[in-house]
Amino acid sequence: MSTSWPLWEVFVRGKRGLNHVHVGSLHAPDAEMALRNARDVYTRRNEGVSIWVVPAAAITASSPDEKDPFFAPAGDKVYRHPTFYSIPEDVPHL
Amino acid sequence: MSFDNAYESLLGHEDSHWAFGTGFSEALSGVNREFPVGVDREDIVAYCLMLGDDALIFSQRLSEWCSRAPELEEDIALANIALDLLGQARMLLTRAGEVLGKSEDDLAYLRDERDFRNVHLAEIDCGPGPGGDFGTTIARLLVFSSWRLALFSRLRGSADPVLAAVAEKGLKELAYHRDHAAQWTVRLGDGTDESHRRMQAGLERVWPFVDELFATHAVEARLTGVAVDPASLKSEVDGVLEAVLAAGGLSRPADTRAARVAGMAGRDGVHTEAMGFLLAEMQHLHRSLPGAVW
Repeated sequence: MSTSWPLWEVFVRGKRGLNHVHVGSLHAPDAEMALRNARDVYTRRNEGVSIWVVPAAAITASSPDEKDPFFAPAGDKVYRHPTFYSIPEDVPHL
Repeated sequence: MSFDNAYESLLGHEDSHWAFGTGFSEALSGVNREFPVGVDREDIVAYCLMLGDDALIFSQRLSEWCSRAPELEEDIALANIALDLLGQARMLLTRAGEVLGKSEDDLAYLRDERDFRNVHLAEIDCGPGPGGDFGTTIARLLVFSSWRLALFSRLRGSADPVLAAVAEKGLKELAYHRDHAAQWTVRLGDGTDESHRRMQAGLERVWPFVDELFATHAVEARLTGVAVDPASLKSEVDGVLEAVLAAGGLSRPADTRAARVAGMAGRDGVHTEAMGFLLAEMQHLHRSLPGAVW
């Protein structure tokens, strides 16, 4: 039976979190049950106020083989990082 | 915000959500424990044992699914429900124990079968033993949680502050239990031929024990304003069950009534043969090693 239930990726937004964070995955027969299972598996300790579930099959992921062509070219372009600006201390979430 | 550990970013650095070790708080801390005036305390004790034993015994039954549920996720869901009910049982047994001079553990582990006041529906074997399967367990959960949710929604107005507080806290839990059971009832009923057959068989198995849920006991009749008369819940619960069964394409079993002994059942301490085995498993560690902690 385990093999017949599709895999779902679970994202939870915490009380103080600003965005949903990937916390793990689970098996469920459909989206409604996936939400309920996520509630039981990933928010048992009052971590979340909002849950998203996404069919794992719906996620298109970059391949580890393409890591270099994908990410390495950004490595030596330091001017893309905002390190040359001073950030005011009272600006949160930057 | 660090994303190395998802939980770190969710919880921040606050650890008050976590229970460390075994030093759990008292079940009734922070609750007003005064008894309402003009009410027999023995009746309140008896009523707390009724509702507390329902939760304790059904919790024990649900926990039998640990590591045996059809899926890991369902395993956790049933264990969560069992723990919610155990929490309700702790508060109610603590309340009864305050008058009896006993602890919640004394009442859970050292009473004999005749002293338990739970309804038969809570104690019968609905699986994973030979008495049923997952569908039967869901059928019992649907009936039990629909009934207890209706009961607790009225119990919130009880003149006894502890019963009112227990009901208030339990209401959200029971709403989730009923939702979980209803979700599964509809899926199994509306699923394959095999799942439909087993869900229907599960309903047939538990239905003879439904009648007892709505029978008014003398204790409940005396506790006007404190207890809920279960007979008053019948039409509401019937409506809920019929809606769920209809959504799952299931038929309501014929109303039959499990046999009583001289008119007595679980509320009088008269139990089915399954009860002795259940208690033996639940109590044997505490009785073999008195005062054992983990």
